[in-house]
Amino acid sequence: MAKVLIKGNEAVAEAAIRSGCRYYFGYPITPQTEIAEYMAKKMPTVGGLCLQAESEVAAINMVYGAAASGVRVMTSSSSPGISLKSEGVSYIVGCDLPCVILNVQRGGPGLGGIQPAQSDYYQATKALGHGDMHLFVLAPSSVQEMAQLTADAFGIADKYRMPVLILADGALGQMMEPVDFDALHFTPEPEKPWAANGHGGKRKKNIHTSLFLKPEELESNILERAKKYEQVDKNEIRYENYLCDDADIVIVSFGITARISKAAVNEARARGIKAGLLRPITLSPFPSPELLRLADTASAFLSVELNMGQMVNDVRLAVQCRRPVEFFGRTGGSLPSSEDVLEQIIKISGGLK
Amino acid sequence: MIVYKRPKALSQVPMHYCPGCTHGIVHRLVAEVIDELGIEGDTIGIAPVGCAVFAYNYFECDFIEASHGRAPAVATGVKRTHPDKIVFTYQGDGDLAAIGTAETVHASARGENITIIFINNTNYGMTGGQMAPTTMPGQVTTTSPYGRQKLIQGNPIHVCEMLSTLDGVAYAERVAVNNVRNVRAAKKAIKKAFQNQIDKKGLSIVEVLSTCPTNWGMSPTDALKFVDEKMIPFYPLGVYVDRNAMGGDQDDK
Amino acid sequence: MTNKIILAGFGGQGILFLGKKLATAGMDKDLNVTWLPSYGPEQRGGTCNCSVILSDTDISSPIIGSPDTLVAFNIQSYDKFMPRITPGGRLFADSTLIDKRSDRNDIESFFVPATQMANDLGSPKLVNVIMLGFVIKHTGLFDRDYIRGVLTDSLPASKAALREANGRAFDAGYGYEG
Repeated sequence: MAKVLIKGNEAVAEAAIRSGCRYYFGYPITPQTEIAEYMAKKMPTVGGLCLQAESEVAAINMVYGAAASGVRVMTSSSSPGISLKSEGVSYIVGCDLPCVILNVQRGGPGLGGIQPAQSDYYQATKALGHGDMHLFVLAPSSVQEMAQLTADAFGIADKYRMPVLILADGALGQMMEPVDFDALHFTPEPEKPWAANGHGGKRKKNIHTSLFLKPEELESNILERAKKYEQVDKNEIRYENYLCDDADIVIVSFGITARISKAAVNEARARGIKAGLLRPITLSPFPSPELLRLADTASAFLSVELNMGQMVNDVRLAVQCRRPVEFFGRTGGSLPSSEDVLEQIIKISGGLK
Repeated sequence: MIVYKRPKALSQVPMHYCPGCTHGIVHRLVAEVIDELGIEGDTIGIAPVGCAVFAYNYFECDFIEASHGRAPAVATGVKRTHPDKIVFTYQGDGDLAAIGTAETVHASARGENITIIFINNTNYGMTGGQMAPTTMPGQVTTTSPYGRQKLIQGNPIHVCEMLSTLDGVAYAERVAVNNVRNVRAAKKAIKKAFQNQIDKKGLSIVEVLSTCPTNWGMSPTDALKFVDEKMIPFYPLGVYVDRNAMGGDQDDK
Repeated sequence: MTNKIILAGFGGQGILFLGKKLATAGMDKDLNVTWLPSYGPEQRGGTCNCSVILSDTDISSPIIGSPDTLVAFNIQSYDKFMPRITPGGRLFADSTLIDKRSDRNDIESFFVPATQMANDLGSPKLVNVIMLGFVIKHTGLFDRDYIRGVLTDSLPASKAALREANGRAFDAGYGYEG
């Protein structure tokens, strides 16, 4: 089939349906409402359900129930709504259940704005919910990737029995780009013998709970999950390495800013500055080993983000202080231009020997 | 011959409930109903946060432990993805009528085809007897130490009365478990609330006036008396809505 | 070769539709394209715009700071975006609704009474299509017959009258000699 011109939000919805997701629970919030609208229109035509919940809190708990009973399910929101979901996310992690959550980020804190931001990086990668936990976080940077990473998210969620968060932003959600849906690849849904869907007298009862009052039981539950995270770290790190291997300056940037940074890298190369772009596609697990490897050859790193400097600290940890790691960002809904990023590259390269 | 034995759907484990607490009675009634309707293998229970948080240990059916107040949303997630299974929540007054009010009201308004067993014992039992949305005027709790006052702590919520105004609620009845007659009536109501779900009638809720002797600071017998003398006059027993009896099924318009 | 186009006016003037047609035309020619609408409460004030980028290389950001082409359908959009046009860029404006004339001599300005022409054609809703014809003529962004086909072929055969009206409006804009 030919490519279709489609919004990032709609591409996620379509890819989810093609991934076998038949259940969507959500609540309207700009700039991601197209997903609920698309689901509301499409789900009934494929025998699925789109249910508008009374709140983000209710929506994520509907996801919790659906996931616990063994179906592919997703929800989506934007920054303030994601904060509301954090309670339910923690319970879903605590029960080791698979689901897909999309955050089409807008500026914050508070009600903030509605323009693109990446200021929920910390929340997404460190603390989307209380407790000793984290999520699998994917960061698309084009509409085609919004679709593909949605398909991947369902497979990863099922494989590791953990929530997968797709961290997008208002620009990726609202913009249209050509998407080739036939080029997407999908992971079939596995059997879910753990589902709480009625034992039918054929097995022991299945219980999903995150409550462990004895410290030793809770600790061993968390340690089990930590083993899973180790497997994720080992097997699932994804990134794009663009001209990094001979680069003096490696820009680290994800999502929409990675595209801007890539243009800046090209412009820098045209001026004889050896720049490269390391684009994390998974933010959690973070591509630390690759960054550490690049610390052997690069002289400096520059993290470019739509916030006041969040991922930059992960880059610093990754390169273990072997090289300077600079930060450049815009926040509150503003985006830098590739010229802005180029200026930073030139500044840093001027300081290089 | 009448044999009094443990219902099959009730697990053979000791319960953690305090002596004289009526949670055990209500658990038993629910388990008896599950047995009688033959639905254990098709049933998924949703446990609350509160004294009944461990309900999943006491029933033989599948169970999901919800976060505080969200049981109706979790139940919605299960029921909507498995419309032919039987889904019930078991919630206390803090869970259902305070932190989970939105979930309760909207699951009711949508007419989710689920069953809610609602334990009203006029206080937060698990955390040690704090004021609940159902704490009665003048009633002393650890967070209303001078008695609940309208101008300070506000008014209690009459859950069945409130929910009966919503079109999605097929059946709402308030019962008590303070004497044999009332226990029998409670079982009948619980059975009807499950049967309604099998018959796809919409949301059914049974509010059970229960005791909390520990936090009320009473002997179990005095607690049963308290239900009779103080609670029932304030929370009258009876059917608040029964749309089936009022003229048939809900339509789908 | 990259074209950065901002289309702006009132809601109801078919601005987003026009942007999508340009983006679709680019996509079908295997160009990289992005289309980004304005979104948010300002839409309730009645203004509306979208940014379309057509490029034979990767598009870094869908957000356009300085357009090389501005298509303005009302005075508010003209005031807001005209000063941002890159030197050497082009302005297209509906002269029925915009009575100002830019004093910038580093851009090319093209005016067409699109609203008046649409009314004269008896199709006030086709102001965007008239503008498309006019823009295509002066930019050569796409071959005339190709884009006219993109425009009319997207309409089902059952809407033959609308197809024909669209074609006529496109031709009127294309043929306009100001």
